[in-house]
Amino acid sequence: MKKMLWIALIVSFCLIFHISSATAGGTLELLTWKGYAPKNLVDKFQDETGITVKVTYSNNEEMIAKLRATRGAGFDLAQPSQDRISSVQEKYNLYQPIDLSKVKTDQIIPSMLEAVKKNTMVAGKPHAVPFCWGTSGLVVNRKYAPNAGDYSDLLNAFYNGRVSYRLKRPTLIALSFAVGENPFAKYSDAAAYTALMDRVGQAMIDGKPFVKNYWTNGDALLEAMRSGEVHLAMAWDGAGWKLHDENPNIDFIAPKSGALGWIDTFALPAKAKNVDAAYEWINFMLRPENAAAFTNAEKYGTASNGAVQYLDASVRGNFERCFPMEAIVNIKWYPPVPAKLEEIEGKILDKVKAAR
Amino acid sequence: MKRKFRWGLFFFLAPVFLWLVLLIVLPQIDLLIMSFRAEDDLGDMVWSISNYFNFFDEPIYWLTFVRTAIYSILVTLLTFTIALPVAFYITKVVHPRFQGFLTLLLLLPFWVSELVRVYGWMILLRESGVVNHFLLKLGVLGKPVEMLYQDSTMILGLVYTSMLFMVVPLLAVLDSLDNSLIEAAYDLGANMWTILFKIIIPHATPGIVSGSIVVFMLTLGNYLTPNLMGGKNSLWFTEQIYNQFIASFNWNQGSAFGFLLLFLSSIVIWLGLKLSRQKLGKVVQ
Repeated sequence: MKKMLWIALIVSFCLIFHISSATAGGTLELLTWKGYAPKNLVDKFQDETGITVKVTYSNNEEMIAKLRATRGAGFDLAQPSQDRISSVQEKYNLYQPIDLSKVKTDQIIPSMLEAVKKNTMVAGKPHAVPFCWGTSGLVVNRKYAPNAGDYSDLLNAFYNGRVSYRLKRPTLIALSFAVGENPFAKYSDAAAYTALMDRVGQAMIDGKPFVKNYWTNGDALLEAMRSGEVHLAMAWDGAGWKLHDENPNIDFIAPKSGALGWIDTFALPAKAKNVDAAYEWINFMLRPENAAAFTNAEKYGTASNGAVQYLDASVRGNFERCFPMEAIVNIKWYPPVPAKLEEIEGKILDKVKAAR
Repeated sequence: MKRKFRWGLFFFLAPVFLWLVLLIVLPQIDLLIMSFRAEDDLGDMVWSISNYFNFFDEPIYWLTFVRTAIYSILVTLLTFTIALPVAFYITKVVHPRFQGFLTLLLLLPFWVSELVRVYGWMILLRESGVVNHFLLKLGVLGKPVEMLYQDSTMILGLVYTSMLFMVVPLLAVLDSLDNSLIEAAYDLGANMWTILFKIIIPHATPGIVSGSIVVFMLTLGNYLTPNLMGGKNSLWFTEQIYNQFIASFNWNQGSAFGFLLLFLSSIVIWLGLKLSRQKLGKVVQ
């Protein structure tokens, strides 16, 4: 009996020791979006620095929820959108300020760096640097939907059963612009914003019969567009350009009422363990040739200064084809989201989902 | 000697105890406390029952719950209707040599994860999927129809997912049914339906009830299948909880919904036990 007990004790100590030794050392826990840490770049980073990158895929809402659950622990680096940082930082204190002296700022396009610094400024300190940018707009199969040109077409009976979009806040924002309102101007006025959201929500309920499905997974949307099940979708420009490479009929278009511009960033969670590795990864990913490799694969615009010369001709072609000067001027960039809006939007989205 | 034995007992019980307290009891208490806290007009957290009140005040919340509960009961009934003949065939009709093999066949799909099984169904049923392809080739259909994203496909997926949990208790309980009872009933002139309702079902009731409880709870708490196969119309109550936590950042409301789900589903189970005149302690044995 005594012998058994000793063996059990030794085994359990070995287990505990093994677990702690496995988590220590050179790993970077990265919380990011699908496609933001391509395998070839992760391998290259490991060769250069000896740091292993462990990637967790997520989206804006889940990133906030994950970090909130641990009060900012468990990850060394996160990549939220720039508009979703300041209000959650004020409320839940999820991130730590970013030390710009450790970031090679000459690798970043100055105007974008300034914009992100300004929008993520909490208590006088910036909390993020930009990584990439893109827009949300329409992805259209020109063969079946030659006339689609604005978000309002998502509610158009003409495309009955061939429409897909996400049941998330960008759709509400886009449809608000499509009815000629400016939701960003109403961010600070909760009553006016609720009224606008009610109106948009009702329009979405009326247009629900024409929807094929509400997509949640980017790959599933690409598959539905490829197979011709969906002719018109609200999605990111990168998704549209990926499809354009395979099928020239499908392309991204910047809608008449303006594409929605987002910038995804690097931000340090409050209890990041391996902060040095996080800075290494930031500087590595923004190095022009690496940033260009990411953009060539995923098609999203990069915040890296000087990556342009490494870009494929087709990637440059995408921007020139889809973003003439007036479309660029018309891009609606997300301002920081104040607290409480998510709750108003969440209720409307629940109503849309529950409607028959 | 006795003292040392106590230490050993403590040592081996400790992981179980820690597991229960740290990972199940404490988080539940935390959630319970959280569900009674809400923000007042000034943005401060105060004690309140408004989270629970919201559930009954806002029709979309309780209607979603009612819908989820009704569909779960329907799924339980359908699963039972399909599982009973299967279990009866395996225990009573087929040659004993094949019993193990047939049970294995039932288990086989459950060796892959639920996610993979659901995606399998999606590949079969989607508009450009396998079933549509064959129906078109055979000339049954003129043009492909969308079979996914409907309540019926969602129910199909849920029944498929929970089949095993009904079949296994039924196998156990039917195995103990004496064949001579059925033979005697036939000798006395009973027909198939009489035997089913007077002999088989009364004998199998404990198995039926325990299977039903498992299937009902699993279906009610399922998130994946309704979400992926139900598509645009499938608001399941678990999704409401997810939305409160993730999309609205309202953990307090989400916790309240979680406890309401626990409480209301317990009531349904209790009603089911009362109606079938079974005791929980006897059923779970």
